Amino acid sequence: MSNLQEVTRTLVIERVFPHPPEKIWRALTEGPLMEEWLMKNDFQPVVGHRFQFRAMPAPNWNGIIDCEVLEVEPNARLSYSWGALGLGSVVVWTLTPGESGTHLRMEQSGFPSEEGANYKGAKYGWQKFIGNLERVVGGME
Amino acid sequence: MQAIANDVFRALADPTRRAIFEELTRQGEQTVHALTRYARVSQPAVSKHLTVLKRAKLVRHRREGRETHYRAQPDALTPMVDWLDHYGAFWRDRFDRLESLLERMNS
Repeated sequence: MSNLQEVTRTLVIERVFPHPPEKIWRALTEGPLMEEWLMKNDFQPVVGHRFQFRAMPAPNWNGIIDCEVLEVEPNARLSYSWGALGLGSVVVWTLTPGESGTHLRMEQSGFPSEEGANYKGAKYGWQKFIGNLERVVGGME
Repeated sequence: MQAIANDVFRALADPTRRAIFEELTRQGEQTVHALTRYARVSQPAVSKHLTVLKRAKLVRHRREGRETHYRAQPDALTPMVDWLDHYGAFWRDRFDRLESLLERMNS
């Protein structure tokens, strides 16, 4: 129960978009476009650049996600660290061109799991995160 | 699993219920009277909120004389953590938005 595989979790979301990688890359890396589908930000596609995503503040959460650009491989791969509420994780975007469009993969890893020593803290963090999830709940009705 | 997670999300989507739940998490067991004073809404309203929290298994209660005592069950958040983990609601929602943005973009 103590190896790294068991104390971290990975979330993967994949989808094929009928668009070329160059177009998706723009949506992933141009601040104003990112704001339209993700969040307000001061992102720059430069390795080492520190930036923030800003969501709607919620009770017990200022809505800020602290990030740092880790990898920029135009039209192919982008990653940044993602720190919010004491939960450190890394988000990796991978773009793979295919016949029917571009396969986009988002992998977020680093969520502490039940076996992790930080689980109590992480749970509390999620609890604070709930305010921001109201939109999701609204969409579930 | 999904059904329980939905109950948990719904229960905590309301700011008053979230405040009641957080108060129980902080203070430990509380009576309905104490929670009513804390939440600053009517006692029937608090009772209604507690019923929703109870259905989501976020709180448990016990009766002692004429008072009902409630306490938080933070473990009930586990389905939500799992839910987030497994279903990635946040990112799915964002992927949908990305999809519609890409459709609107010219090139």
